[in-house]
Formats: sequence, structure tokens, C-alpha cells
Amino acid sequence: MADIAIHDPGHTAGHDAHDAHDAGHGAHVTATGLSNNKLAMWLFLGTECLLFGGLISTYMLYRGRVGTGPGPGAIFDIPLTSVSSFILLMSSLTMVLAVNSAKEHDDRNTYLWLTATAILGALFVGGQVYEFTAFYQEGLGFTTSLFGSSFYTLTGFHGVHVTLGIIMLMALVGIISRNRVPGDKAEVVELIGLYWHFVDVVWVIIFTLVYLIPA
Amino acid sequence: MSAVIEPADAAHAAPAAAHGHDPHAEHKVRNITFIKVAIFLAIITALETSTYWWPDDMHTVGMVVLFVSMIIKFFVILLWFMHLKWDSWLFSMLFYIGLFLAVAVYVVALFTFKFFA
Repeated sequence: MADIAIHDPGHTAGHDAHDAHDAGHGAHVTATGLSNNKLAMWLFLGTECLLFGGLISTYMLYRGRVGTGPGPGAIFDIPLTSVSSFILLMSSLTMVLAVNSAKEHDDRNTYLWLTATAILGALFVGGQVYEFTAFYQEGLGFTTSLFGSSFYTLTGFHGVHVTLGIIMLMALVGIISRNRVPGDKAEVVELIGLYWHFVDVVWVIIFTLVYLIPA
Repeated sequence: MSAVIEPADAAHAAPAAAHGHDPHAEHKVRNITFIKVAIFLAIITALETSTYWWPDDMHTVGMVVLFVSMIIKFFVILLWFMHLKWDSWLFSMLFYIGLFLAVAVYVVALFTFKFFA
């Protein structure tokens, strides 16, 4: 898909450089009229549905295969996981507030909400690490049973996604504080926001199907 | 690939933006709306969690509540927080095609392994 940049020969080289930096502020037009970056992100999220669909359905098939190890009913700590779910849900709120602040060119609040989102994400990952440690001490290792393998693979993959999201958020906070965001700042924040919300949406499904619906 | 066009040609590039696709002419949602949506999601999550302590004879009702709550939360986040409610249909299509494929393929896989039997 071709990106079409509007060029005004009356501009000086300095102005051109400035225009290139501000390409997202109205001068950058694509054939569809939509941001190619945003299209690519939605396409990526569509493919992620297939990845998590495979992991969730594998868990559903094997959750009853506990062998000699503990089963889901014996080890899941629903109050703890509920608090984790609530934290991740609230991180989606702080993320969307960061996107709104970025659209209003309010760097201070964008910085604040992105940091809050990263902290909430880190709390979620911390809860997951605590949960995995507790499960391991109760006798559920990765190779203990098919239930253990599929459970750790599914929730572990999700945890890795959250961790990558935190890294992206922290990198974005650093780039914003140095005022070195390439292109449209609001769009960059929005793209990372889309990824973050997707991770939250996947947890909505995992929380219900894995933790709340009994095997 | 990038192409440079003169200002006179810009009029030919503009129609897409003029047809409601200008990413900078998008719908602005106030923060209070998102806070209300988050409170709604928190209440549903509390309802979902409460089913864990419901008596066994309410198992069927609990399952229905869990599935309906999950679907509501999924689409509320997708439509409001991810802006699909206001964004271009093309973004929705890209995501829903992946979602539909995933659900279709894995439901068939689960049927193949007699998961629902």
C-alpha cells in the first residue's frame, strides 16, 4: 500500500524536516485514508486471536488430565486471581486515559497514565509469579500432568505478553520524556494501547474459562 | 513505498480522508465515559467472581452468567476502550476475521476430540 506524502516546493529544507517529523499531524495521507500502522496492529491482533485460541482450546481439552498431580479445584486461589483481574482491568482504564491525554497533546498526563498502566501491569505479573510459585510448591510442575503443561503454557504466554507490554510502555515513557517520538505521538500511544487492551481482553476469557468454570 | 506529489495533486489524495477516514477527525470520547465503562466492567467482574461461592444447585445459572458476562466484557473493551465503536469498519474486519477463524477452527477441533460429548 503506497504512502503519499504531500510536498510543497516553497518549503525550506528545515521546514521539510519539520514536516517529516509532524507527518502524523495532517500532512500524511494513505491510499485508504487510514493509518497503515494502525491497520497493521489490527491485523496483528487478529492473528493473535488464533494463537490464544489454540492455547485456550488445548487447555480445555487437557484440564481434566491431572494424573497424580493436583487438579484445578485443589490449587486455584480465586480471590487472589480476582484481584489480579481487577488490577489488569483498571490498567485498561489508565491506558485509555493516556491515549486521550496524548490526543489532547497533554504530555504530562500522558506520561502519568502510561506510568500508572505499567505499574498496574507489573502488579499483575507479580501476582502471576506468586501464583506460579505457590502452585509449584503445592506439587504442580510444568511436566507433572497435561493439565499443568497446558495451564502454564497458556497463562505463561499471556504473562509474557503483559511483560512485553510493560517494556513497550516504559520505553514509550522514556521516549516521550526525551520528546523523541517518531511521527504522530498520539498514534504511537494508541497503537501500544490497542496491544494492551487486547492483552486485557484475552485475560477476560482466560479468567472465566480457566479459573471460574470448574473442570 | 512512498510517493511525493505536488499540492495540486493533493486533491486526488484527499477524498479518502474526506469520506470519514481521516484519523485525526475521529470521535472524541470524554474521560468520564471511560470511567463509567470501567466501573461497569468492575461490577461485572465482581458478579463473575461471586459465582465461585454460589451453591451447587445454581451451577447451570452460574455457567450462563459466566458466559454472558465474559462476552459482554469482551465486546465492551473492544468497542469502547479499543475504539472500534467509532473507528473504521476496516479495523473491525481485520480483527473479526481473525476472531471468527479462531473460534471456528478451535470449536471444530474441540468437537473432533469429543470435548462437548
